[in-house]
Amino acid sequence: MRKRPLVTLDGNEAAAYVAHRLSDVIAIYPITPSSPMGEWADQWSAENRPNLWGTVPSVTEMQSEAGAAGAIHGALQTGALATTFTASQGLLLMIPNMYKIAGELTPTVFHVSARTLATHALSIFGDQSDVMSVRGTGFALLASGSVQEVLDNALIAHAATLEARVPFLHFFDGFRTSHEVMKIELLDDDDFRAMVDDRLVRAHRARAMNPERPVLRGTAQNPDVFFQAREAINPFYAACPDIVQTTMDRFARITGRAYHLFDYVGHPEAERVIVMMGSGAEAAHEAIDFLTARGERVGLVKIRLYRPFDGKRLVESLPKAVRTVAVLDRTKEPGSLGEPLYQDVLTALVEHAQTNGNRFDRLPRVIGGRYGLSSKEFTPAMVKGVLDEAATSNPKNHFSVGILDDVSHNSIAYDPTLHTESDDVVSAVFYGLGSDGTVGANKNSVKIIGEETESYTQGYFVYDSKKAGSVTVSHLRFGKRPIRSTYLVQQAHFVACHQPTFLDRLEMLDKVIRGGVFLLNTAEPADRVWSSLPREVQAQIVARELRFFVIDAYRVAKEAGMGGRINTIMQTCFFAISGVLPRDEAIEKIKGAIRKTYAAKGETVVAKNFAAVDQTLANLHEVRVPVSDVTGRSRPPTVSPEAPEFLRQVTARMIEGRGDELPVSAMPLDGTFSTATAQWEKRNIAQEVPVWDAETCIQCNKCVLVCPHAAIRAKAYPPDTLDAAPGTFKATAARGKEYVGLRYTLQVAPEDCTGCGLCVEICPAKNKRETRLKAINMAPQAPLREAERENYRFFLDLPELDRRTLKTGTVKGSQFLLPLFEYSGACAGCGETPYLKLMSQLFGDRAVIANATGCSSIYGGNLPTTPWTVNAQGQGPTWSNSLFEDAAEFGLGFRLAIDKQAEFARELLTRMRETIGDALVDAMLSADQSGDAGIMVQRERVAELKGRLAQLNTAEAMNLAAVADSLIGRSVWIVGGDGWAYDIGYGGLDHVLASGHNVNILVLDTEVYSNTGGQMSKATPCGAVAKFATAGKPSQKKDLGQMAMAYGNVYVASVAMGANDNHTVQTFVEAESFPGPSLILAYSHCIAHGINMRAGMKQQAAAVDCGHWLLYRFDPRRTATGLNPLQLDSHEPHLPLKAYMSSENRYQMLMQSDPKRAGDLMARTQDAIRERFREYARRAKTDGDGKAPAATPSTPPTHAVASAS
Amino acid sequence: MDLATNYLGLRLKNPLVAGASPVSRDLDTVRALEDAGVAAIVLASLFQEEVDHQLAAHAHFAEFGAYSSPEALTYVPARDYTPRHPDAYLEHLRQAAGAVDVPVIASLNGATAGGWIEHARMIEEAGASAIELNVYHVAADPGRSAQQVEDLYVEVLRAVKNTVGIPVSMKLSPYFSSLAHFARRLDKEGVDGLVLFNRFYQPDIDLNELTVVPNLSLSAPHEMRLPLRWIAILDPLIEASLAASTGVYTSHDVLKLLMTGADAVMLVAVLLRHGPSIVADMLHGIEDWLHVNEYLSVHQLQGSMNHRACADPSAFERANYVKALQSYCG
Repeated sequence: MRKRPLVTLDGNEAAAYVAHRLSDVIAIYPITPSSPMGEWADQWSAENRPNLWGTVPSVTEMQSEAGAAGAIHGALQTGALATTFTASQGLLLMIPNMYKIAGELTPTVFHVSARTLATHALSIFGDQSDVMSVRGTGFALLASGSVQEVLDNALIAHAATLEARVPFLHFFDGFRTSHEVMKIELLDDDDFRAMVDDRLVRAHRARAMNPERPVLRGTAQNPDVFFQAREAINPFYAACPDIVQTTMDRFARITGRAYHLFDYVGHPEAERVIVMMGSGAEAAHEAIDFLTARGERVGLVKIRLYRPFDGKRLVESLPKAVRTVAVLDRTKEPGSLGEPLYQDVLTALVEHAQTNGNRFDRLPRVIGGRYGLSSKEFTPAMVKGVLDEAATSNPKNHFSVGILDDVSHNSIAYDPTLHTESDDVVSAVFYGLGSDGTVGANKNSVKIIGEETESYTQGYFVYDSKKAGSVTVSHLRFGKRPIRSTYLVQQAHFVACHQPTFLDRLEMLDKVIRGGVFLLNTAEPADRVWSSLPREVQAQIVARELRFFVIDAYRVAKEAGMGGRINTIMQTCFFAISGVLPRDEAIEKIKGAIRKTYAAKGETVVAKNFAAVDQTLANLHEVRVPVSDVTGRSRPPTVSPEAPEFLRQVTARMIEGRGDELPVSAMPLDGTFSTATAQWEKRNIAQEVPVWDAETCIQCNKCVLVCPHAAIRAKAYPPDTLDAAPGTFKATAARGKEYVGLRYTLQVAPEDCTGCGLCVEICPAKNKRETRLKAINMAPQAPLREAERENYRFFLDLPELDRRTLKTGTVKGSQFLLPLFEYSGACAGCGETPYLKLMSQLFGDRAVIANATGCSSIYGGNLPTTPWTVNAQGQGPTWSNSLFEDAAEFGLGFRLAIDKQAEFARELLTRMRETIGDALVDAMLSADQSGDAGIMVQRERVAELKGRLAQLNTAEAMNLAAVADSLIGRSVWIVGGDGWAYDIGYGGLDHVLASGHNVNILVLDTEVYSNTGGQMSKATPCGAVAKFATAGKPSQKKDLGQMAMAYGNVYVASVAMGANDNHTVQTFVEAESFPGPSLILAYSHCIAHGINMRAGMKQQAAAVDCGHWLLYRFDPRRTATGLNPLQLDSHEPHLPLKAYMSSENRYQMLMQSDPKRAGDLMARTQDAIRERFREYARRAKTDGDGKAPAATPSTPPTHAVASAS
Repeated sequence: MDLATNYLGLRLKNPLVAGASPVSRDLDTVRALEDAGVAAIVLASLFQEEVDHQLAAHAHFAEFGAYSSPEALTYVPARDYTPRHPDAYLEHLRQAAGAVDVPVIASLNGATAGGWIEHARMIEEAGASAIELNVYHVAADPGRSAQQVEDLYVEVLRAVKNTVGIPVSMKLSPYFSSLAHFARRLDKEGVDGLVLFNRFYQPDIDLNELTVVPNLSLSAPHEMRLPLRWIAILDPLIEASLAASTGVYTSHDVLKLLMTGADAVMLVAVLLRHGPSIVADMLHGIEDWLHVNEYLSVHQLQGSMNHRACADPSAFERANYVKALQSYCG
């Protein structure tokens, strides 16, 4: 067999590689975990990489997956070889077109990294619930279980669809396969040519819509013929399995890798057989090999082609001796007779029996079970558990495996100590921080060993759900044989802890083998490190007889000029200690990899990395383990003993990374959780925190406003409350006439601060003696932690100012309000969260929030904790996420329901006037709730009402009590990013704006899809590089505000906190008070912009100074007083656009790599900015009657929205 | 009138050279300079610090925030966006060298030896007639002696001279303890020419922000006297070519500098202020003066008033200061 290159790829790249070679039109849209497939395709086309026929595929990002599917449908109809990539909710959006594409017998392949569908919660992780939801579409469903299979089946799918004319969905498990890096054999053009028949391609093109030979397709049909026409496709589905098998056979002849629709492995006379598909089948394969080697008569059928389901072939794949078939589904269908694969297998066997099939002496018993939802681990031990269950006389059916179901008692038991990995595999686990480069270095290691030695390699990476200070765990395997272990490392030879703070937070040594290695990055010297370890860690090291190594990687990195990047150093340690390669050879290869990776970045970067490698070996020390000394301190509790019970019992396990151990009974039934939980998750991720200099401070509260994590707060309070203050607590006389006689404190939450430095950057006060110092200055956190923790605790207990007396429309006044959004897991220096925090301060006690999927839904609602919190009275924002695409509609639903219930409550109040009393009823019905004071009084009235109703035992009273809270003003907020507002959710957003209902829409505009890694949206500026716009976005940013203003009855504002903070605060107050739809476009700097996040607010100012971002307010209420509704709050641009663009890497990348294109785009953008400012200025000018010259409709077009017919 | 001169071993049709400045960043302006009569063009500098900074920034942002979130493994496309600054500079150099007949000299601006060799080689390959090294060093480190500072310059010179075959000049600052000694040292090391002097960005203070802001002001005419003195002193001492830079605005300035021994005169501020067309006027002025004063060539003029040739050599030394004061007081 011909030798092909061996490469290290992940599943997404493997699929994209084939798809790009075999397509000419590709429509894409980002969604985890499939986004990288689109990114690769876009990049390769941008690099002019041609397809098999020598033309560069056209790659187009659409506004949603529904859009992508529509575009693909169109491209297919007009003769293109078209493909797309998606997962989960994206696949759901494609369903209507999938029915059409299949119904029209159109060859195509959709590549899907299978992901959980959102139900009680969203999950980005892998299972097959999405794929199962399209099994009725008529698409063939082809499963891959490993990265090599992804590559191979991708080609098989593209080849087979052309012949079968049945469209294919090629799927593989999200993350487990899509993101696993593995050494595989690549396919080349000869393989592609041998597999893809050009005659079939031409036949596809010949069926295309073409005015030279016009056809009519997509007709509407009547009852007379639809049915018959639908049945006309049957022969194609009947032929499809044979075509796929023939294609697989051809592939086997070419490559030597043989696949079948149903591949059996195991004992030839197996009595118990598992049937399953996807990556779990690889773990099962490993378990079956292990068990059959020990004489067990067990087997496994791996399903490749799930649709069309060839029942006959399935039956033939089963050994004749089989007694029990256990079918494992990676999905859940509540209310069904069983999950889909189970039902298919059962049907196939019954049909076999009904048609007098005689393969088996006795029809095997079939049991079905669920496993692996949302990437839940699926291990050989679980496989053994299933087989053991199958061996019982009365095996459990409809079971689950991998969890403890103590509610329905469906789960089966298994022995988690069973390990089936072969002895010649070397496994390693690395615990790192996202920012320290651990994952990148480990990917590099996998590549080095995979591509430069004979060894097989596997790398899999686990991330937590925080964006700042996130923990990454890398699982690496190296072996002499192909690795099928599609589960996390359980028997590590080597465990590295790259952050000493993890010692107190994570159990890292429970999976290291006896005699294994533990490497710790610590500033403690080798002869003193032992006593610094928690007792639990000492005990593990002693009990497992580990070799223990230490290095002060941060010092080495600093000395080598690497800053905080310890990746190269820790990678060198691994190679030096682990022995996977001879040390000298390993060092040489690391340096080779460094040169390869960084050569283009300049000799300086290469030299720094080389220095790091060289200095590592001199600083790596083995620690003599004092086996009798296990007397260290105990680990601190994960959450405070003062936390609520759920936090201590359940949330704490999740924080520890032990959520897998929680039973079903620990979970809420319907996805409902308490808010106010982030306060208990003290992460201590800041190296430095701000320290207040009371003398220099001018008490402007700007630092409080911009803090993304609500970790710096201000209070003014009576002096006598200071009596019990801790000794280091700082206070000074409050400034300002409203605060006379009060003390003022600016306090940092040391354990919640991320150390981003935004507060220091925004601080306008400078120390007069030493101008480098401000009123707050960063200082190392560790020495301050204890004292400031106590200070912060004391600070929180200080009384709040009465919000009714504060000038909440100003920065200073608003920032004395209690934030009801705190300590989120957003990026350090996030540009979005200050807006949310401000909203929570102003309106949080009465806010109902509909949050579009995106960054804000992840840092807002991803377990284990939420930053949304409550005030002392227990009131606070209530929050939910529906989907990515429907946040506006979801929020409108809130408004409709609240208004209806309030109306009902008012009706009941009126009906019960005599019982309740005129005074209270009248007061409630006429309540002015336009401000805090009115709301507070109304709350008191509602409490009184409830008290009176409680004494009435009538249905009406109880009904009124049930809706009485709706009489308190509600502030409905619809929150999302630009991907939602400008693209996928625009239709709904537009509809809600047109509805005239009182909702507040906050668009956190980062100008890219931030959450999925920075893909272009229609908000992306012209000239900026983004994923899906690798050559710089050629079109101008969509002017969403202008579009919204066209309605005339919508409050529209554009703000940038860093440019004008008072304007931002004032806008929020105005927008919320507007009794109709309000739209706030909030410029949010972002990590994806390629900026120093510490300077994020300055970037916002620059964006406004150059005119890229405008500040304005359009308030329809002003027309009533003869004023122009539009107020342009920006000054004329006075910073050259180039100066702004030069300060952000998203523009610089193009300016440096393609100056001509960058210059052209910049010139166009400069013109557009100038023209836009001129237009806004013209519209903001008043004419004789005070109205805008280009007056927009003054009548709210409330009824302009017709329902779709 | 023979205006020709020899600078760095290059025969120039006249002594006027467009010095390194943003003027030469545009190809059309490069052509206009030649049309106006300059005899050579020093291109705007390739800033080593800028290149290093851009590469480092690019490397930083390519990995910034990467592998922290399962949904956003990276934030920038995987495509190679390595800054093309050297490429762009070299391309400009290539085009400029092809667009004009006069020699095009590349300027390399930096503070350390690392990375210069590579850039120097690329500059030679791109068609530069010579390289002007602008070692940009503010001697603010109290731990580094004058000797060590000078060694840095020599190290750079050696490295570049060993790398390229084209002439190499060095642009110096006036802040050396013993400039004459140092100039002779460089001369012995084989420098092909010295350009006197470069101008540093001088810091200013923003009173509103209480920040230090860099500032560059164009030289004023009176500043020409500094190179004038030093060219006069150095001309008899060293073999290498001498070029005057700083404060040259008029034909008379040029004539004076030629008399003290300049082989070429760099025009910067005057071009930035008045554009290339001023060159033709200056050339006319030089020719007229030479003609009126019955000189036959520039060569005849060059060095005629240097430290050795003039009637009162001490006037270029300390006595000059005293005399100036006296004349001012008088």
